[in-house]
Amino acid sequence: MRSLQRMYAMVLRYVYLLRHSWPRILELFYWPAVQLMLWGFISKFFETNSTWVAQASGVLMAAVLLWDVLFRAHLGVSLAFFEEMYSRNLGHLFVSPLRVSELVGALLGISLMRTLIGIGGAALLAIPLYDFSIFGLGLPLIGFFANLLVMGWAIGLLVSGLVLRFGLGAESFAWVSIFALAPISGIYYPIAVLPEWLQHIAWFLPSSHVFEGMRALMFEHDFRGDLMWQAAALNMLYIMLGAGAFLLAFNSARQRGLLLRVGE
Amino acid sequence: MKSNPAIEVQAVSKYYDEVLAVDALSFRIGCGSICALLGGNGAGKTTVLSMLLGLLLPSAGRLSILGTNMCRHRYRVLDRINFSSPYVDLPQRLTVRENLLVYGRLYGIKDLKQRLAVLAGQLDINGFMDRAYGSLSAGQKTRVALAKSLLNRPEVLLLDEPTASLDPDTAASIRQFLRDYQQDSGATLLMATHNMLEVERLCDDVIMLRSGQVVDRGSPDSLLQRYGRTTLEDVFIDVARDTGRVGNAVAD
Repeated sequence: MRSLQRMYAMVLRYVYLLRHSWPRILELFYWPAVQLMLWGFISKFFETNSTWVAQASGVLMAAVLLWDVLFRAHLGVSLAFFEEMYSRNLGHLFVSPLRVSELVGALLGISLMRTLIGIGGAALLAIPLYDFSIFGLGLPLIGFFANLLVMGWAIGLLVSGLVLRFGLGAESFAWVSIFALAPISGIYYPIAVLPEWLQHIAWFLPSSHVFEGMRALMFEHDFRGDLMWQAAALNMLYIMLGAGAFLLAFNSARQRGLLLRVGE
Repeated sequence: MKSNPAIEVQAVSKYYDEVLAVDALSFRIGCGSICALLGGNGAGKTTVLSMLLGLLLPSAGRLSILGTNMCRHRYRVLDRINFSSPYVDLPQRLTVRENLLVYGRLYGIKDLKQRLAVLAGQLDINGFMDRAYGSLSAGQKTRVALAKSLLNRPEVLLLDEPTASLDPDTAASIRQFLRDYQQDSGATLLMATHNMLEVERLCDDVIMLRSGQVVDRGSPDSLLQRYGRTTLEDVFIDVARDTGRVGNAVAD
């Protein structure tokens, strides 16, 4: 109970921050909405100029919305953690009874909140603008969402750990890591398009399984449970690695005295 | 010295890579005292405070607060201690009230709003409770940080330069407040400071550090007597410059 109260306090701290910063609130909605509009118009064009897209109208918009789940989940964790570093608040936090596991729990909660707000807004916008509802994917959408969310959390924790260890100068990892994964996640094209050696790497990513599963559902109306389970198994491994990396970075910071002198 | 010290440091050393910051340091601080860690820049004061709080792990030795090993079991005691430093900020965009509400919840304070009202009155921060912490002056921030550090009525309060960047009037009222808090609660206060006036007026025990070692210890009066000085500043300079009076004083 005490543990939940402390996690709630950290979520509350983030809500207070959002309340005082309209650019942060705008940023939650802005990028998913812009991405959706861009890919919405591209979809419109391809629906009449591409037989592949025409077979499953909305496949590109579904892809961009799901990709944004991964992206926002990752940023939700890492940016919320960076806020503590920007405000040089870690010293106070870690002399309070807040445990590292509780901070991680709170970061994941904040990430879920940010992702639901950002993607939820864009998903609703797609209905009147492009006559496309991602909710039409039905129950499998929950599997896609959960897998991408957890993968985003794992990357977010890993990046937060790196920044805790190497300082805010390493915050570009937040962008580098996610954009490096985009080409091999098969967001807008099948994994089979990649060179064979790269396909082997791609299948180590839960996101590749999700996007293949999404296309199977949209093109063949076939829910590939095998792909979902493989993604879930990989995610279990990666979330443990992400949490382990964060914990390792925290212990290293305690060894090196970084918690009181966070910065560049 | 009472048999159960509030703070105990046993043969603690700390290396940063090859640099020795704290060298086999040992001391005990009895319950209910106000003790100063006094020393020049790089003497190891902040390192000792950080290790006591569990924010920094020692290379060797053992540190305990209220009988709890701070390296291994710090979570058992963190709700009974607190910390304030002008060099560790609170979130800038949050108002003072929001910051204190967040920390009150982290410490599991039951009567939080009432506690906030009492502290706001005692520390005279009522006038800016709803202003962003980042917009406050250095002195106002110090008072807010102090309010945060007293939210849980700590039994042990660690302070890093508690009156840094305060004007003399505000500094005096903060010192009085800390003394009153100690007398009312029986808490133990340990402060790292350069401010000799603060030490003379507030502390009943002084630990003098140089190069990560204790070079002398005593009440402000006994130190003045031992070094044959009239101000603690002169004692501090003797210790910092290793003028030879230290050895004589300790030998005496």
